[in-house]
Amino acid sequence: MYKYDEYDHAMVAARVAEFSDQVKRRLAGEITEDQFKPLRLMNGLYLQLHAYMLRVAVPYGTLDSRQMRMLAHIARKYDRDYGHFTTRQNIQYNWIKLEDAPAILEDLASVEMHAIQTSGNCIRNISSDQWAGAAADEITDPRPWAELLRQWSSFHPEFSYLPRKFKIAVIAADEDRAAMRLHDIGIQIVEKDGQHGAAFYVGGGMGRTPMIAPLIKDFVPLDDLLSYAEACLRVYNRYGRRDNIYKARIKILIHELGADEYRRQVEEEFAHVKSLGIDPPKAEFDRIAAQFAMPPLDALAPDEIDRSDPDFAVWVDQNVAAHKVPGHAIVNISLKPVGGIPGDASSAQIDLMADLAETYSHDELRVTHAQNIVLPHVRKADLYAIWQKLDEAGLATPNLDLISDIIACPGLDYCSLANARSIPVAQKIAERFSDLGRQKELGELKLKISGCINACGHHHAGHIGILGVDRKGTENYQLLLGGSGAEDVSLGTITGPGFDEDGIVDAIERVTDKYLAERTDSERFVDTFRRVGMAPFKEAIYG
Amino acid sequence: MKLLTGNDLKTGFVTWWTGSDWSIHIEDAADVGEHGEAILAVEEAARRVNAPYIISGEMTADGPRPAHIKDRIRALGPTVRPDLTLKPADPAAGDWVI
Repeated sequence: MYKYDEYDHAMVAARVAEFSDQVKRRLAGEITEDQFKPLRLMNGLYLQLHAYMLRVAVPYGTLDSRQMRMLAHIARKYDRDYGHFTTRQNIQYNWIKLEDAPAILEDLASVEMHAIQTSGNCIRNISSDQWAGAAADEITDPRPWAELLRQWSSFHPEFSYLPRKFKIAVIAADEDRAAMRLHDIGIQIVEKDGQHGAAFYVGGGMGRTPMIAPLIKDFVPLDDLLSYAEACLRVYNRYGRRDNIYKARIKILIHELGADEYRRQVEEEFAHVKSLGIDPPKAEFDRIAAQFAMPPLDALAPDEIDRSDPDFAVWVDQNVAAHKVPGHAIVNISLKPVGGIPGDASSAQIDLMADLAETYSHDELRVTHAQNIVLPHVRKADLYAIWQKLDEAGLATPNLDLISDIIACPGLDYCSLANARSIPVAQKIAERFSDLGRQKELGELKLKISGCINACGHHHAGHIGILGVDRKGTENYQLLLGGSGAEDVSLGTITGPGFDEDGIVDAIERVTDKYLAERTDSERFVDTFRRVGMAPFKEAIYG
Repeated sequence: MKLLTGNDLKTGFVTWWTGSDWSIHIEDAADVGEHGEAILAVEEAARRVNAPYIISGEMTADGPRPAHIKDRIRALGPTVRPDLTLKPADPAAGDWVI
């Protein structure tokens, strides 16, 4: 894991001191809310429905146990004993007091964390594959590149006031576990003629105008990665629309320019940027990369798993993934118990996951964009002990990628932008499909719910997506089918008129019944939808 | 009726104008009638409450009730965590929101 150097420490400490003074002046009435709002947002502090909300950055979703315990400590001391893991691989606290914010940021800084650039029109937290460094199918660990981008983008003077917020994802496997092409820039580390390079996809995103990022450059030598990213941003910063917030994202610029013209301008800019020498010397990149070295795993560790406990076997089959080192596995901890709130974890649960990471996973955890937690480096021989402890804590729900593993934004229960509640809908769906046998019969089915058009719940990318809207003061839910955030990326299509809270649950059941009636042997829901199209599903839903 | 609401500067908690001060309990909220904008201007200048705004509501047997669900959720708390609302001992309190 990356450890702060003296520059990182100094930058974060200076920001904590600066923001502490700004809070002090705000509380003293020396500055107005209009003056203070952009300052607090730059430090991740929002004002939501019930209180201030603090969004803490978890760079590329990677944490150690000390940091995880600090997140639990903050939940206990300053919030209401829980945190909410988000689709940006971050964590949010919903009940923060303004006067506590400086102390929280000091606590975070003590474990090399912060809330900088978790809001505002800047480059946000870099996201990545939650299995990075462990996945059997990756060609390299993408996190050194994500970390390089983090350092480059932190307080970048040219990109602190972009036309709109900017999100970057980095992956290094063909299986896309980070919704890479639904980012402003999606980078995939690829191999060509024995060399690693970066494929740049630019101009994706969700929100009110969802777009899949087109391929802008299929192979950028890794020595040029930062320069090419800089060129992509510079063209956007120069021509991105600042006159209309709804047209300010880079996806709109590229849509209006056309990918070919945008590419031409980026190449022109790149030729200039390359002469500036912003790419790090090899020694500096090697310094960063060394901190992501694979922990010392015993490749001779036993590869067999004792599956004699049937409940444990079910969990292994659903929530444990292949590791690149024999005798080891990746554990996916579901934060989606039936009837629970997707992504929420109590301080005790957060502490427990930290303990498990320290004892069994070489001190590493990951936050996933699907609002779950990963222990990336676990001996198969330790899986049963881990499962028992997770089970005792209500963290062993064996539903990874099943219909109850729902992504849901906080919705109208917490968010001031939302038009409808997301969480109660997620809970009702999970309860309707609570029978695990039924869920497994349905197979991989990614259901995603947003409480407004901003799409924090990734509804466009759900095999089944739900969008909450306000219809004459009443919550209404639109249904979308056929989206995917994975390597088979696609955008969902609205089925037709919306439903009330109970009606949307019934509609989903009609959709899944239709799928079971239509599918061939090994088809996932989304495969069947793509084969048969919308018509039979529409018929099933509306008659 | 018209209600004046905002979020407390220090805590961020939802707060309601009572006629003379602010309260976190909507039961204490006063009908500001035609005086809402004037009170809002004074209170905004006092800088104790963030982003105050005026909403429509109705007087019911249980007290003032905001017209829009968003403000009813603000008044009570998240419908999915009754324990975190202002009425944690009343499991039916959420019915008031919906």
